[in-house]
Amino acid sequence: MSEPSSTSSTPGSVNVSLSDVTKSFEGVVAVDHLNLTVNDGEFFSLLGPSGCGKTTTLRMIGGFEEPTSGRIVLGGRDVTYTAPYHRDVNTVFQSYALFPHLDVYENVAFGLRRKKVAKSDVRAKVGAILEIVDLPGYEKRRVNQLSGGQQQRIALARALVNEPALLLLDEPMSALDAKLRHQMQIELKSIQSRVGITFLYVTHDQEEAMTMSDRLVVMRQGKIEGIGSPQDVYDNPATEFVATFLGASNLLSGRVAGQLGDMTTVTLDIGATLEVPTSRIPTSTVGSAIKVGVRPEKIRIHAGGTAPSSGGNTLRGRVRVSTFTGVGNQYLVETSAGEDITVYAQNIGEELAPRSGEEVVLSWPTEHTFAVRPAENQISSDELTS
Amino acid sequence: MSVDAPLLESARPAAGSIPRRPRHLGRFVLPAYSWLVIAYLVFPIVVMMVYSFNRVTAGLQLVSFSWNGFTWQWYRQWSNIPGLTSAFWLSIRLAIVSTVIATILGTLLAIALVRYRGKQFRGKAGFEQILFLNIAAPEIVMGASLLGLFVTFNVARGFFTLVLAHVMFSIAYVTVTVRARLSGFDVALEEASYDLGANPLDTFRLVTLPLIMPGVLAGALMAFALSIDDFVTSNFVSGSNVPFPVWVYGASRVGTPPQVFVFGTVIFTVGIVFALLSLVVSKKKA
Repeated sequence: MSEPSSTSSTPGSVNVSLSDVTKSFEGVVAVDHLNLTVNDGEFFSLLGPSGCGKTTTLRMIGGFEEPTSGRIVLGGRDVTYTAPYHRDVNTVFQSYALFPHLDVYENVAFGLRRKKVAKSDVRAKVGAILEIVDLPGYEKRRVNQLSGGQQQRIALARALVNEPALLLLDEPMSALDAKLRHQMQIELKSIQSRVGITFLYVTHDQEEAMTMSDRLVVMRQGKIEGIGSPQDVYDNPATEFVATFLGASNLLSGRVAGQLGDMTTVTLDIGATLEVPTSRIPTSTVGSAIKVGVRPEKIRIHAGGTAPSSGGNTLRGRVRVSTFTGVGNQYLVETSAGEDITVYAQNIGEELAPRSGEEVVLSWPTEHTFAVRPAENQISSDELTS
Repeated sequence: MSVDAPLLESARPAAGSIPRRPRHLGRFVLPAYSWLVIAYLVFPIVVMMVYSFNRVTAGLQLVSFSWNGFTWQWYRQWSNIPGLTSAFWLSIRLAIVSTVIATILGTLLAIALVRYRGKQFRGKAGFEQILFLNIAAPEIVMGASLLGLFVTFNVARGFFTLVLAHVMFSIAYVTVTVRARLSGFDVALEEASYDLGANPLDTFRLVTLPLIMPGVLAGALMAFALSIDDFVTSNFVSGSNVPFPVWVYGASRVGTPPQVFVFGTVIFTVGIVFALLSLVVSKKKA
C-alpha cells in the first residue's frame, strides 16, 4: 500500500454508476428505479432506516444480488451480472466475516493469493496494510482472539490490501460501542484520504454518515430522497423525510400565499406568515400545501415577548419545557395553535434563559428557512429511530 | 421474596460461616451411576479382549470361556484362518470405499439441504423425509428389498452390491452430522471469499470445507463404523464373498476361532484411536 492505488483513478471521474436499478424479492420492491453516480476518490454514504434498500444496493454493487432490472457500471465496465469474484470491488461486512480457521496474516493475504501475487509482495503488502490499520505485528494472531474493534480493522485491512477500485462498507461499526465508533469514524476517514480509494458506506446512523462523507444519499423505501454534501442535505433537505431523518427539524404545515421576487410567503395553518427563499421551496404555486422547516439551532429565542427589530421570520409562543443540557438550553415552545417548536440555544452566557410558561418570540433569518412537500406516505417513528 | 427476607436474615448464622447444604448423597450417586453405565457398555468388549489372550488346551482351536492362561498365540497366528482373514480384508476395503463415497455424497447433500430452498430445491421436504426414513427403517427390510432388487435386475452379488448397500445406509448419517455443523455457518464467510476473488471451487476448498471438516470427519467415522460391523444388510447382498461380521456369524454356529476376538480387539482399538483423533481435530477447529 505504498502507492495510493494501482487503479487509474482520477478524482472526479465516475467510479460506479447505477442506472434505473430495481431489485424486488418475490414481488416486494427493495430498490426502486435507483439512479446513482459515485465519483472516484469519494467517501460516499448510503443513509437510511433499516429496510430502505441501502444494503441491497450495496450487495448489488458487490455482486451478491442481481438487479431485477437496470444496469451497474463499474469503472466503465458493465458488471450488472458479473460474479463477485470478477469485480474490482471489496467489501467490509457487517459481521466482519473473518475466516475463523485462518490467522490474521492468512485472512489479509487471502485476496492477494487469489490474484497470484508473488510471495514476497504478499508479505510486504500485508505488513504495510496492518501498519495502516494500526495493528502491526498481529500476523500470527487467531482472529477469534481479537477484540471487536481489532476484528473490524482486520476486515478493513483484508479488503483494502487488494487496492480495489471501490470499497464497500456495510454498517461496519454497528457492533462497536459508541466511544470506539467515534474513534473509528475519524480513523476511517483518514485512512480513506490516505489510500485514495473510493468508499461506499452504508449506515443508518445519520451522524456517522455526516461525519465521514463527502457526499451522501438519504434513502427511503428503495428510493433516493436526498443527495448532496452532508451540509447541503442537512441545511436544504429535499423532502420531509430527509428533514426529519437528518437531525431534528421543526416542520410547520401551511400553504403558499404568494411570491415576491426571491421570497415566497407561506401562510401557516397556525395563522402566522413566514418567508421562504424561492430557491428553497419546491413549488411557488399559490395555494399548494407545503411544510416550512427550520433547524432548532438556527432559531433565536427572545424573552419577554418583544420581537427583534431586524428582519427575518418570527413566531410567537410560550415556553412549555426548558431543559439545561450543559452546552446549551433546549426549549419546547408552544405556538398559539398548540404546535411545538424545538429550539437549541448555545450556552454562551449572554442572555437570561426564558423560563417555562414565559411568553417568547422566536426569530431566525429567512435564508435558514426551507420548505418541503408533505410526505405522501406517513413517516413512521420506526423509520426515524436508528 | 421481600417478605421472606427478614426471616432468612435471622436464620442466617454469624457472618462468615454460611452453612453448606448436605451433599454427601449427590457426591456419590452421580459418579457411581456413571461408572455403572460405563461398565455396562464396556463389559462385553472387555470380555472379548481378555479372551483373545486365552489359551486353548484341548480339542479344536475354538473359543472357550474357561480361563486357561495367557497367550499371544492368536495374535501371532492371526492369519491362520484363511476364510476369516479374507473376510476381514474385504470388510476393511468395503468400509473404506463406502465411507469415501458416502462422505462425499452425504456432505454435498447436506450443503444442498442447508443452502437451497424454495424454487432452488423443489422437493426438499420429501428429500428430508426420505433421509429420516432411511435412518428409521428396519435394516432387515432394506436388506431384503435390496436383495429383491438385485435379483430382479440380475445384478451379481459381490463387492459392488455391498458397496452400493453400505453407501445407501451411510449417506443419511453423514448428511445429518454435516448439516448440524453447517447450520451454524455464517454465509457471509463464503461471500467474503467470493468478494476476495475466490471462485466457487476455491471457496469450497479454502473456506467451506475446512470449516465443516469436524462434521465431515465425524460423519465419515460414523459411516466407517456402520459399514465395518454391518451384518444384516451385508448378509443379504454379499453373495459368496462374505465380509467379517457375516463370516463370524456363520462360524459361531460351529465354534468361534480365537482369531475372531483378535480381529475384534484390533478393530475396536483402531476405532478408539480414530475417535480420539477426531475429537482432537474438532477441538482444534472449534
